[in-house]
Amino acid sequence: MISDEVDGGFPDGGYVDGNAAAGPLSEVFVADVTSAVGRCAHCGRTAAMATARCYPHSHGLLLCCPGCSGILLRLVETDGQLRLDLRGVSFLTLTRPQ
Amino acid sequence: MRTGWNVAEVIEVRQETGTARTLRLRLPGLTGHRPGQHVDVRLTAPDGYTAVRSYSVASALPGDELELTVEELADGEVSPYLVHQVAAGDQLEVRGPVGGWFVWNPADPAPVQLIAGGSGVVPLMAMIRSHAAGTTDGAPGFAAPFRLLYSVRSPASAYYGAELDDLARSPLLTVTYVYTREAPAGSGTRPRRLDAPTLLDAILPVSDNPAFFICGATAFVETVADWLVQAGYPADRIKTERYGGTGGTP
Repeated sequence: MISDEVDGGFPDGGYVDGNAAAGPLSEVFVADVTSAVGRCAHCGRTAAMATARCYPHSHGLLLCCPGCSGILLRLVETDGQLRLDLRGVSFLTLTRPQ
Repeated sequence: MRTGWNVAEVIEVRQETGTARTLRLRLPGLTGHRPGQHVDVRLTAPDGYTAVRSYSVASALPGDELELTVEELADGEVSPYLVHQVAAGDQLEVRGPVGGWFVWNPADPAPVQLIAGGSGVVPLMAMIRSHAAGTTDGAPGFAAPFRLLYSVRSPASAYYGAELDDLARSPLLTVTYVYTREAPAGSGTRPRRLDAPTLLDAILPVSDNPAFFICGATAFVETVADWLVQAGYPADRIKTERYGGTGGTP
């Protein structure tokens, strides 16, 4: 089990691992974004997206940089529309799906 | 790869402990899964309200089946249904298996150190089962030693006890338990929280350069990872999966 039973708010401690974003992001990307290496546009930290802090909520999720707390990625679903804000990631290196 | 939400059939349920149950699911079209992956489960109420939770896959099966072990959280919206109500023949909406980072890769020859806090043992069990099933296979990871350090409240709350005892007869798997609330009767040990000396005594040495997978509540995972880095294990060899919550501190 990786995400706690919290809806509409953050689990105690505020976050889970970026791993938890794999499901929602699998609806947008062909490759697994959580194992991709991303660079934080705010502080330059470069690491697997799975190491980011994931704040799940009832309509989507936030991924934040564990180095500077800046927002890396925001995914919100409303009325069947997915909105993805990737301004906080200056690049992503993805492994091609097999 | 299967994408989006799919309907899985529950084909078997097994009580794992007093508060946890293992569900075996069949997902048509699934062709195996990687050890450490998880699925998202979505429940929809009659009024359309939905709740989504992530559960690690416990099994290492080649085909269209997989197993989840779900711990009941008393005020949860999803886990009480999965632990008490769902029955063989029922259907569940499932997304995944997903995740490519907190995953053991049999092509990696490195020794593996697994560290579990409470129900965090679930994805690590998938790695242990995959490793055990493939020991005669050619990939170098199957010949690498595995160790599991399992911090758990009591013998009764440990998952997979008999199976782990059986698997640990292999020279390639060592299992060490730390009991935080209640030690086994007659064991002569006292319950206590995991501390750094106990941790470092039980795990593979720095010189083995093991790959670490740590899973548990956030406080447990972060404390253990800090101890490892302070002891000289490289941070880039440590993969963590924090599932939040307050339970299972070391």
